[in-house]
Amino acid sequence: MTGAQLTQLLQSAVFFGTVIMYGAIGEILTEKSGNLNLGVPGIMYLGGIAGLAASFFYEINTENPSAIVCLLLSFIAAFLASALGGLIYSFLTITLRANQNVTGLTLTIFGGGIANFFGGSLNTMAGGVGQISVATTSAAYRANIPALAGMGTVGTLLFSYGFMVYLAIILAVALHFFLTRTRKGLNLRAVGENPATADAAGINVTRNKYLATCVGAGISGLGGLYYTMDYIKGTWANDGTIEALGWLAVALVIFATWKTVNAIWGSYLFGLLFWMYLYIPGLTRSSQELFKMLPYLVTIAVLIFISLRKKRENQPPASLGLAYFREER
Amino acid sequence: MSSVKQHKEPLLRIAKRDGISRSKAYAIRIVAVILSLVISGIFIFAVTKLNPIQVYEAMFNGAFGSSRRSWVTIRDTMTLLCIGVGLAPAFKMKFWNIGAEGQVLIGGIMTAGLMRAYGNSIPTPVLLVIMAAASLLGGCVWGVIPAAFKAKWNTNETLFTLMMNYVAIQLTSYCVALWENPFGSNTVGQINQQTKGGWFPALFGQTYALNVIIVLALTIGMFLYLKYSKQGYEITVVGDSENTARYAGINVKKVTIRTMAISGAICGLAGFIAVAGASHTISTSTAGGRGFTAIIVAWLAQFNTFVMVLISLLLVFLQKGAIQIASQFNLNDYASNVITGIILFFILGSEFFINYRVILRSGKEGEAK
Repeated sequence: MTGAQLTQLLQSAVFFGTVIMYGAIGEILTEKSGNLNLGVPGIMYLGGIAGLAASFFYEINTENPSAIVCLLLSFIAAFLASALGGLIYSFLTITLRANQNVTGLTLTIFGGGIANFFGGSLNTMAGGVGQISVATTSAAYRANIPALAGMGTVGTLLFSYGFMVYLAIILAVALHFFLTRTRKGLNLRAVGENPATADAAGINVTRNKYLATCVGAGISGLGGLYYTMDYIKGTWANDGTIEALGWLAVALVIFATWKTVNAIWGSYLFGLLFWMYLYIPGLTRSSQELFKMLPYLVTIAVLIFISLRKKRENQPPASLGLAYFREER
Repeated sequence: MSSVKQHKEPLLRIAKRDGISRSKAYAIRIVAVILSLVISGIFIFAVTKLNPIQVYEAMFNGAFGSSRRSWVTIRDTMTLLCIGVGLAPAFKMKFWNIGAEGQVLIGGIMTAGLMRAYGNSIPTPVLLVIMAAASLLGGCVWGVIPAAFKAKWNTNETLFTLMMNYVAIQLTSYCVALWENPFGSNTVGQINQQTKGGWFPALFGQTYALNVIIVLALTIGMFLYLKYSKQGYEITVVGDSENTARYAGINVKKVTIRTMAISGAICGLAGFIAVAGASHTISTSTAGGRGFTAIIVAWLAQFNTFVMVLISLLLVFLQKGAIQIASQFNLNDYASNVITGIILFFILGSEFFINYRVILRSGKEGEAK
């Protein structure tokens, strides 16, 4: 493998990793409250399509769309739409006490349906032909600082990305700080570990669960936004990639052992594993498919390993997936 | 926390129902479905400006408009039902088998592989038995792996089975690339299209009669197994309380592994039915998300396999209907997923009103005992 190829591989790993990093850190926040939201793929779909739709309508209705407005509109729309997905999930599982796994899977079906429905027909509905495209917005998302990005290999590796790549890292670090060093974060974790105790200590379990799930969903949805705006450059594809990436994000949560900082390197590692097959000589098309299994196999290995070692700080939140009803203890 | 708040009765509070008559429970569910259809109708109207009644009519036409369409609807209902029946024992045991998608695909790979290799050398009836056995075995292995880890080290089964799906999907992609026909198409194409070797034969003049017979037999068998057999009772006890089960002398590990072997095997058999009895090809869409949809089927039916028939039919009807409206009104057929999602949200929410009562602040005090 040449140096240029290596740079290219690392770069695509970062692109790929950023999508699932958003999904995973949002889901970590959610799971810390004890909610296992299997709707991550659906939420990422919602984020992706909402951001795309918002900037699409702005761009076709404006003469000279301003990049900043495009950016803000799509970002806010994506966050809100995904948080709304989280709200549906929260309302059903927390208030109406529906089963978490089933509700999450339904959310995945629903989000994928909404996104692919509008993604496939937005342009036709607006009277256009061909593929939907939001060039201005996508350019804004992919903008980098040319002076820095031009600094040879280092520039390509570190500075050639749109702002969302860096935002993901900042968010992951900030969430880690929030969850381990602030009172609110500790309260949230107490809710996920043992809601009955948290309740007795005067922590509002319902509010914590709602907030963590909705904000977590909003963050996960940014992964979908990054995918549509940066990864596939402001278009839409009904090929189910977001769903596959969403499940990979769920896998990454386990791989990161529920710590957002681990998700940073974990996501890039998943990206590396995913793209590796392109750079290994002599692979046939069929054996490439076997290579793409790696991220999942590694996750299974981690899952087995943490259950074997039983180290307390690596375990899932103790009440993960269980509903909490105060009167049914 | 410094000042004591005046205690005031909340506007709404909830109380668990002691019990609810079956007819009332179904009435609540039916109301939920009707409400969801209204909401879906509003959605359809908002995006298309079409008369929703007309759209529902077109959907019905798409699912049951001709004898051929009806049979395709029945065939797909049977496949979904088969997976749901497979999931029932695992879920009853509170073992979250999210891995049906993978178990179906493994069964499908086994079937397609054998069909390709021996379709023209072994007589079809014998081959069908071999393929069924192989797919049962494949699904069984795929289900037992996570179960064994759960039993031995308490490894989280929800996440493990979920990951196994993707291993199976990649394995399927591998086989598709390996077996592709014609070369370069990246699809397997219909296997043995000329000879129909290893295809389900038509019974009583109906192409899909065998699918119906196998799946309905399984449905009845599973109902009896869960309700009247000793093993079914053990599953119920483990599902309700592992500690009770242990105290009663039930070997929880053994029950876990055995139940998942059965669950995985039936899901594998669904792969056999999907390949040999329906598509006669293999691709990652052989399972096509049905492994996930079946989870919802099994859960909503509360593991009653007969109720599953109705729910599977409803979901497949929606899907077929949406494909029809998509082509008829020039929409995109993902609308079916939106409608399915809305209906499921409502049914999930309605369970709350079956288990709990909502009491308003004033007036109804007498009712609250």
